[in-house]
Amino acid sequence: MTGALLEARELQTYYGASHVLRGVDFRVARGETVGLMGRNGMGKTTLLKSMLGLVKPRYGGVWVRGELVTGVEPWRIARRGIAYVPEGRGIFPNLSVRENLTMAARPGVEGRCDWTCQRVLETFPRLAQRLRHGGWQLSGGEQQMLTIGRALMTNPDLLILDEATEGLAPHVAREIWRIIREIRAHGIATLIVDKNHAAVTAISDRNVILVKGQVVFEGDGPTLRARPEILLQHLGV
Amino acid sequence: MNRKRLTLALSLLLLAAVPLAGSAYYTELVTKVMILAIFAMSLDLLVGYTGLVSLGHAASYGIGAYTLALAAPRYDPASLWVTLAEAVLAAGLASLAVGFFVVRVKGVYFLMVTLAFAQMFHFLFHDTDLGRGSDGISISFRPDASVRGFTPFDLGNSVHAYYFVLVVLLLTYAFLRLLLRSPLGHALRGIKSNEHRMQSLGFPVLRYKLASFTIAGALGGLAGYLSAAQFGFVNPELFGWHQSGNVLLMLILGGLGSLTGGVAGAFVFVAMQELFQALTIHWQLPFGLAIILLVVFLPGGLASLPARLRPPRPEGPFHV
Repeated sequence: MTGALLEARELQTYYGASHVLRGVDFRVARGETVGLMGRNGMGKTTLLKSMLGLVKPRYGGVWVRGELVTGVEPWRIARRGIAYVPEGRGIFPNLSVRENLTMAARPGVEGRCDWTCQRVLETFPRLAQRLRHGGWQLSGGEQQMLTIGRALMTNPDLLILDEATEGLAPHVAREIWRIIREIRAHGIATLIVDKNHAAVTAISDRNVILVKGQVVFEGDGPTLRARPEILLQHLGV
Repeated sequence: MNRKRLTLALSLLLLAAVPLAGSAYYTELVTKVMILAIFAMSLDLLVGYTGLVSLGHAASYGIGAYTLALAAPRYDPASLWVTLAEAVLAAGLASLAVGFFVVRVKGVYFLMVTLAFAQMFHFLFHDTDLGRGSDGISISFRPDASVRGFTPFDLGNSVHAYYFVLVVLLLTYAFLRLLLRSPLGHALRGIKSNEHRMQSLGFPVLRYKLASFTIAGALGGLAGYLSAAQFGFVNPELFGWHQSGNVLLMLILGGLGSLTGGVAGAFVFVAMQELFQALTIHWQLPFGLAIILLVVFLPGGLASLPARLRPPRPEGPFHV
């Protein structure tokens, strides 16, 4: 396989009789930021889950660092340096902020320990003020920060953010985007799924649009912005 | 000292004072309740902290009890320390073997598979010579606590046995408290909250569930051992589904996910049994009714009572 960090080829996934992914080719290289876009129900989250082993694809394969991981348990895929921030704020409400962070702490695949609890708290100062609070006591924005912070505690090489700013107040969403840019600057590859297409294209090296389980566009931000008919046709903007 | 610690300290003092009242009956009754409290706390690790609702926890209780009965010499007392370790080990190993299969299923299927395994153990000891059938086994001598000729206490003495069980109860509580504060404990609580999320974070969920099942089983075996040592008798009913159901009820009454809740649940359960048995021969009827009322009007169990009695805090989620 190629030197991609994460790669999917000819991925076909079904939910029962429903054919959701129809032969998707997708890749994220080391240090690359990829925006994955598409309207609701087009298969974005299914593609993420299929690559992460949370949903089993019927055909096709997934490779992490060139190693075939199709059918491998999700936790083993995660241990290959991939951190997933799911949509809907995936905190553990029954654990404190500190416990949410420390439980996930581990060195990266190559033994890197760049992200410590202290560094995460420096990146998210709001969390430092809430360390002893239960996860359930946090606001939506703080929960999202905690989820991203917890993902960073695994010292990942690829951070996958699924609708990280959904439902957040604009100023909190701006804060999240600032943090994503900061993470990107540290050389962590990021795969971003978000409805804020302008923000995604502004930050990403490459964008992919999914329509009915198929890739209909792949290109960088300027190319996409130069073709407004694609945005209008496939994303309605 | 905060209110919770003060309550715990007072409860402990009260417990320590029970034998001083001089009633052998109540000393033995509270010993039995403390053994059940250990049993309930062990199940709480599984149900309240890992989210695995088992209806077969009596299997570990029975194995712990039968280990003493089978390991004890006929005409001599068994060594307390050796047989206690054997009982915990046997129950832990049996739970590891059973857990290997059962942690792969979830929800109601987990409930049914654990029940099925416990029934298998019940019939293994009921229908074969291994456990001498339905007659069970009498243990002629209480286990001997001697170490190199020095005997620190005598389990045949109900007051000594009481304090020994109290110490084991406290050690079990401390062990579980430490475990729940450790990375393993955080992982188990994470699994209870969201299994898929834990997998996405790189946690081998099945292994963690198996660890929880094994530790809970080993502690259940500890409780079973103490029960056999107290009563000097074991029979296949120790594995019965009603035994698993009772300990689950104790937890629900006391409050899931709160170790002290399991202890409180055991006390309330036995106290209600005693009370209603003294009032009527049809005691199960008011007993059942009382349990229904408690569950309906106190869904978080007794452990939720202090929070319910406290005025609501103005502090809520912090909005950004």
